[in-house]
Amino acid sequence: MVRTSLLFLLAALLCLPWADLQISTLDPWLELSRLGWGLLTPLPPSTPTLLDALANTLAFALQGVALGAVAGFWLALFYRWQWVRTLAAFIRSIHELFWALLFVQLVGLSSVAGVLAIAIPYAGTFAKIYGELFEEVDPAALEALPAGTSRLSAFFFTVLPPAWPHLLTYTRYRLECGIRSSAVLGFIGLPTVGFHLETALKQGMYSEAAALFYALVLVIVTLHLWMRRQLLPLYLLLALWWLPPAAQVNPTLVWQFFTVDIVPAPLRAGWDGAALWLWLQALWLKQIGPGLANTVVLGLIALVATSGVTLLTFPLVSRLFGNIFTRSTGHVFLVLMRSAPEYLLAFVGLLLWGPSMLPAIVALGLHNGAIIAHLVGHYSNELNLREDAVTGFNRYFYEVLPRVYRTFLAFTLYRFEILLRESAILGILGIPTLGFFIDSAFSEFRFDRALLLLLVTALLNMAVDMIARHLRRRLQLSTHPEDL
Amino acid sequence: MNAAVLFDVQQASLGYQQRAILHGLNLRIHAGEKVALLGESGAGKTTLLRHLRTLRPDEVAWCPQHSGLVPMLSVFHNIYMGRLDRHSLLYNLANLLHPLQQPRQDIQRIAADVGLQEYLFTSVEKLSGGQQSRTNLARALYQQRAVFIGDEPVSAVDELQADQLMALICARHDTVVVALHDVELALRHCTRIVGLRAGVIELDQPAAGSSAATLCRLYAAT
Repeated sequence: MVRTSLLFLLAALLCLPWADLQISTLDPWLELSRLGWGLLTPLPPSTPTLLDALANTLAFALQGVALGAVAGFWLALFYRWQWVRTLAAFIRSIHELFWALLFVQLVGLSSVAGVLAIAIPYAGTFAKIYGELFEEVDPAALEALPAGTSRLSAFFFTVLPPAWPHLLTYTRYRLECGIRSSAVLGFIGLPTVGFHLETALKQGMYSEAAALFYALVLVIVTLHLWMRRQLLPLYLLLALWWLPPAAQVNPTLVWQFFTVDIVPAPLRAGWDGAALWLWLQALWLKQIGPGLANTVVLGLIALVATSGVTLLTFPLVSRLFGNIFTRSTGHVFLVLMRSAPEYLLAFVGLLLWGPSMLPAIVALGLHNGAIIAHLVGHYSNELNLREDAVTGFNRYFYEVLPRVYRTFLAFTLYRFEILLRESAILGILGIPTLGFFIDSAFSEFRFDRALLLLLVTALLNMAVDMIARHLRRRLQLSTHPEDL
Repeated sequence: MNAAVLFDVQQASLGYQQRAILHGLNLRIHAGEKVALLGESGAGKTTLLRHLRTLRPDEVAWCPQHSGLVPMLSVFHNIYMGRLDRHSLLYNLANLLHPLQQPRQDIQRIAADVGLQEYLFTSVEKLSGGQQSRTNLARALYQQRAVFIGDEPVSAVDELQADQLMALICARHDTVVVALHDVELALRHCTRIVGLRAGVIELDQPAAGSSAATLCRLYAAT
């Protein structure tokens, strides 16, 4: 375990020289102090705007997650088939923002685009987690059934009931993620909180931005209070009423998208192998290669940053350290960082320090570190130390860290795939990872390039998913999927 | 004997999880017989029963020792599962969500037979070990097959109840093959005693005329 950790650390250090960490803004401190002041003096934009944005955010999230959960459930029923696993891995390896960019081309900036953008990758994740939950169920009940019981009847009586509570817990956690995703979709133009946040932040109206941010955090933090199983149908109906499915489909454009636009440019006039080769070569040298390298570099450094943040902050919420005051402060800090989408944090970082990898690393580290720190802190609360155990740093290094390290590593590796997905997407903000080139290709209407780059991103994520799973298995680290 | 041969196992070597447990086994069971399998744990009773079940999967009411109950479902549902194979998926799902009239009446009756009428809609995880064991037995009874194969079906209940339940099993099934650990119980209810020892059939004789004392050698130290 220690060796694996050191290898990751070494890899990240080797990546550092290739990472652009420059601060290019003239006076980052001034901007930071203005941001800090804004956070302390939140000033809501007009109430209708705020409520409207929140309602939209929730409506996209509810519809998207519900659709994703239903689709994922059906996929999970066939999870023992390799092609279903691969399909699920593929659709979840493409970030919801990329799906959104794609659907906006096909159905315009509409409710259908936003809902599908959330539903599709979430279906892939749900399929995996539900599928794994179903596999973990004790097979004794299944074996005791009369011969000739249909597979689905057997499933609903023996597999679903034991998995059900875990399934609900995980689905609710994903709804929280869905609200974040929905908010971020605003950054590409859908009318959610992110849309107003981007406007406010760009204009330096930090108080307005802070109010929007706090509203989002409030919605997420109170999720367990208002999300009741009995109320779910009502919420879904409300979401459909507020945001009825609508799309602007222009059949000619859609037809052209599939028959012309996504065909590699050199092939549109007919097969031309030589031209295709040149096209691929140029794309590899100028976009795919650098994009891949930067995504991996950012992902690895972000992984180490996440670990650093976790190890530094989990004592803040652990009952083994500090007092009620430090723990309360720690909880508030972690909740804020957990509820803030990476994309938003990176956007703010970019305003403070200018375009480089630094804001992305800080954003990824803070958000993911806060999530894992919360879980590790929770885990450490269950440890029983002897009454005369040492205190302070000695307690941290001798009593606690060795005991929680396994759990910490398991959670961190679990999030490696997510970190890489996010590293790619942060390119939309101007950091030259794969997302940067995908976003440029979309805005230049070069859909052939965009699609190829998306495919590369998906393959990279699937590869990292496999590596992380392999490592977790080799180190015998198990996590319950519903924990994350 | 004139009755039809139900199970005919000849020179069989049976294993469980890739380990051979029974060697060169010959056993023929006719319809109408009530067979008790005796022997120490590890003698191969479970392996033999599992094998018999696979020979006639559609005719056997199966009552395994590790019950395979679904803990969070109610007694009703766990019993109902005995007949999952006889209804459409839709009918099964409807019963999962809200028990229908017909199965409810049938299962109520069976639950009463094993003394569980008051617990029909209690989840199984809230029941005692004996009650769970009776739920498991009720599921097998609900299957209403001609042949009952049970692995210690009454081991977790008290003696008096075990006696009543064994009588019920024998009354409701034409052919019965059960592993038991209570020799007296076997002699009272069964017509034939098959004794297993270390993977071979040590004795095979009618129950009438056997005595507990002669059967004790199955359990004696070698």
